[in-house]
Amino acid sequence: MTRFQKKLWIGILIMALLTPLGIYLPEKFKSGGAWGEWGADELKELLGYVPEGLKKMADFWKAPVPDYNFGGENAAMSTQVISYIISGMIGIAAAAIVIYAIMKFLTKHEK
Amino acid sequence: MHIPDGYLSPQTFIPLYGASFVFWSIALKKIKKELSAKYIPYLAMAAAFSFLIMMFNVPIPGGTTGHAVGAGIIAILLGPWAAVVAVSVVLIIQAIVFGDGGITAIGANCFNMAVVIPFVSYWVFKLIKGDAHSGARFYVAAFLSGYIGLSVAAILTGFEFGIQPIIASAPDGKPLYAPYPLSIAVPAMAIEHMFVFGIVEGMVTALILKYFVKHESDLVYATKEA
Repeated sequence: MTRFQKKLWIGILIMALLTPLGIYLPEKFKSGGAWGEWGADELKELLGYVPEGLKKMADFWKAPVPDYNFGGENAAMSTQVISYIISGMIGIAAAAIVIYAIMKFLTKHEK
Repeated sequence: MHIPDGYLSPQTFIPLYGASFVFWSIALKKIKKELSAKYIPYLAMAAAFSFLIMMFNVPIPGGTTGHAVGAGIIAILLGPWAAVVAVSVVLIIQAIVFGDGGITAIGANCFNMAVVIPFVSYWVFKLIKGDAHSGARFYVAAFLSGYIGLSVAAILTGFEFGIQPIIASAPDGKPLYAPYPLSIAVPAMAIEHMFVFGIVEGMVTALILKYFVKHESDLVYATKEA
């Protein structure tokens, strides 16, 4: 690894440690979620009903770590912060591993 | 901009899977042919970076939140086809592991964020920078590349939401999937991205480009080609 690459990885790790700002600031400024990413219960509140097709499809996949949060919906802020950092680390590792795997696969099948 | 499961009708998400699939296969062929081994660590870092930057939710006080994607700067540094691969990998991990974006919507989300942003950003950068290799014009081009790339993707996402009530409604007229019409969905997505999140994306793009030009300018893909 070159010195420059080492520096970039350190930058990425620092970024991961700072990610909790991404949940802390929205909480502080009383911002909701993203537009168009409401859950079924939020839609019920917004519209008075849940669209039929959406209801059928919305929950068919159970993600292992929904919303980058290990503590469930009502987790304390401290749990959310730690979950978020760990999720960031998992994300970095998974992204890097998948990219290296793809590149390995591509070069192996080279003629 | 991560469309969840249930917001897009099959008539929408299936063709978008098809579109993304076409770009994925070309992208893999291209990087196999053109990306030298030296760039592989950078591709891994690009994916890690994009994953993290999407975790920084930027709040609009009392309103919604959104985030940058980082796809524009990746396209400038490593080329648009490399960006297609890096950002798609991230979006697929986010959907499967973290439930951020739907599984049925992976095609749509990859098309919007991992195809549209890299190519729009890349060409905006090339067009605006002209022959400049540094200086104000060069960095204005970088800012606009991120800004316009994210904004175009947001408008497209708004369009995909907005056509759902036209495509798929119950006999009683209630929409089956994303409920808001074009007249609401497109402006909602456009305005928040053009006034807030796009500016963040633009600044991230210009600052990171500046860092790379200063330390490792030979690396930058968009300034290498004629």
